[in-house]
Amino acid sequence: MKKKFLIVLLIMVLAVSMAACGNGGNDDGGGAADDNGDVSAEPLTVGFIYIGAVNDGGYTQAQHAGTMAAKDYFGDQVNTIWLEGIDDTNKQAATDAAKQMIDQGAKVIVGTSFGFGEALNEMANSGEYDDITFLHFSGSYINDTNLGNYFGAMEEPRYLSGIIAGMQTKSNKLGYVAAYPYTEVQIGINAFALGAQSVNPDAEVKVVYINSWYDPAKEKEAAEALLSQGCDVITQHADTVGPQLAAAGEGKFAIGYNLDNSAVEGLEDAFLTAPVWNHDIFLIPTIQGIIDGTWTPESYYGTMADGYVDLAPLTKNVDADAAAKVDEIMSEIKAGEFPIFTGPIKDNEGNERVAEGKTLNRAEIWETDYLVEGVTSGE
Amino acid sequence: MVSFLAAAVIAATPLLFATLGELITEKSGSLNLGVEGMMLMGAVIGFSAAYGTGNPGIALLGAFVAGGAGALLFAIVTVSLQGNQVVTGLTLTIFGTGFASFVGDKMIGLSVPASVLEFFSARKIPILGDIPFIGPVLFRHDVFVYLGYAMVIALSIYLYRTRAGLNMRAVGENTAAADASGIAITRHKYAHIIVGGGLCGLGGAYLGLVTVPIWQADVVTGRGWIAVALVIFASWNPTKAFLGAFLFGALSILGLRLQSMGIHISQYLVDLFPYAATIIIVIISTHKNRKEDLPPGNLSEPYFRESR
Repeated sequence: MKKKFLIVLLIMVLAVSMAACGNGGNDDGGGAADDNGDVSAEPLTVGFIYIGAVNDGGYTQAQHAGTMAAKDYFGDQVNTIWLEGIDDTNKQAATDAAKQMIDQGAKVIVGTSFGFGEALNEMANSGEYDDITFLHFSGSYINDTNLGNYFGAMEEPRYLSGIIAGMQTKSNKLGYVAAYPYTEVQIGINAFALGAQSVNPDAEVKVVYINSWYDPAKEKEAAEALLSQGCDVITQHADTVGPQLAAAGEGKFAIGYNLDNSAVEGLEDAFLTAPVWNHDIFLIPTIQGIIDGTWTPESYYGTMADGYVDLAPLTKNVDADAAAKVDEIMSEIKAGEFPIFTGPIKDNEGNERVAEGKTLNRAEIWETDYLVEGVTSGE
Repeated sequence: MVSFLAAAVIAATPLLFATLGELITEKSGSLNLGVEGMMLMGAVIGFSAAYGTGNPGIALLGAFVAGGAGALLFAIVTVSLQGNQVVTGLTLTIFGTGFASFVGDKMIGLSVPASVLEFFSARKIPILGDIPFIGPVLFRHDVFVYLGYAMVIALSIYLYRTRAGLNMRAVGENTAAADASGIAITRHKYAHIIVGGGLCGLGGAYLGLVTVPIWQADVVTGRGWIAVALVIFASWNPTKAFLGAFLFGALSILGLRLQSMGIHISQYLVDLFPYAATIIIVIISTHKNRKEDLPPGNLSEPYFRESR
């Protein structure tokens, strides 16, 4: 009898803990409606599905910063809710999260990780949720009525960060801690390498994949492996501060990702800059369009000109001539006069991938399945 | 090569503490699968103690107490209430993960104070550190690593050379017989579960204080499970646990090092190696059937005197 009670108790503890893992939140705003005659009496509720925690110090934190900026912009007009720590390899988890927020009144569902796409696509096309607008980050799902997607030209700030790395390296070896070998990551590596080679033809990029988006110790160990091979600038396409710590520990330079870590203790003399996302640049006009009823599904691809992707302010560790070069190229990129992927581009096996004079468009960029010349990797 | 092996020792240290902790827990007859959770509890409390006081001793003590507190919960449920050890251990992992997220919530991005960093900076041991090859690999690390070595020696002596260790092994091997010979079963189980949890907490603290001295959510990322496998790999022997932790630590960074040299290797294969090696060891030891390589006789069986 006691045993049975215990088992029930434990299962309850388990269930409560699981619920606690899938943390939710809301801004507590929009509760009291103004009675000063506003046209929109009821605020629009926007629900966000996050893969990580809103203060993970990286990817989700950057997403959430955009959410909060949008919320501040709209004030009482928009109510934001979110669910954290949703497994993006589990379609059911994403579907449940979306349904839960729709039950809470959400009219817009934003899936902020690649893996949520399938769930959103299925729901948007099911006919059951025609009054809900679905937005998906980093995927390509779209329909004619209520599903759109958005992403950004991260290759632009990556290229600029490559220029800095190429000019500051003494060993001509640059280290790149990367999550998984797939298109998005490969585009970033290629852009970084091309940027570095544009100012330093001898620059070589060494890539280590860690097979994880988030593992502080492993990311640091990967960076240490790169440092032991003579790399003196470390950059990353993974979520934590680990690689930057490793670089700082050896007195070398680090380029982050997602967040400006220039103020973090211990990184003062190492941190150069970081390619960053400004999600509010997409969210604010999009939500405005939904409120006004003018929104139609689109495949948004934000650029540096829009401000959707950007380079964090360069720190004191960046040499003046590197900063000047970045300024020069950045203004060309913003003016739309500097396509990143322009031929001739060879891959690291010597095959020509982009012919002389040809420039890749967005769709072609997203067919990348190779690393450019001068990049070595273990995969 | 030397730098690789020295880095392997660093990667092995959190595994070593957690493995030793789980080892004495299992030796006393309890299977606590909450290692991952206790490591995270130790990491977060160790970090906040370091951040709050700037005192490395208090940080270590905090980590030990936090891991031990998690283990105490496990002991209450499994020893006193006779709960299922596997379920309770898994629950403890989930609890510890949530606890660390909750407590660490506001600390993300904060750094370990300079006084603590200084205390845990690498120091060469005189004479030993000068031995060619072995010196730079083993004896030019931080004090936390040396504490790990000391724990291996202390545990080996305790388990195989003392009366208390013999009693504790008796509890794990045959609880009823130990009870009949007058050993205080409950007290032994509690003590070893709690100390084991404390060691797991120290393993987590190494990751949070030394490996990555800026607080990040979930610093442990699965190393607790490797430690559980390591206990089996080491066939419940502290010295083998040291060798196993070193081997697994080396393997965990081997793939990264090879990649950085441009050598093609799938990180997926490297990542699964610890588990594959454990399975192979289990098959070999079961096949050989040598008494000292087998798990404690009454491992994970609740003991209730009246139900004998």
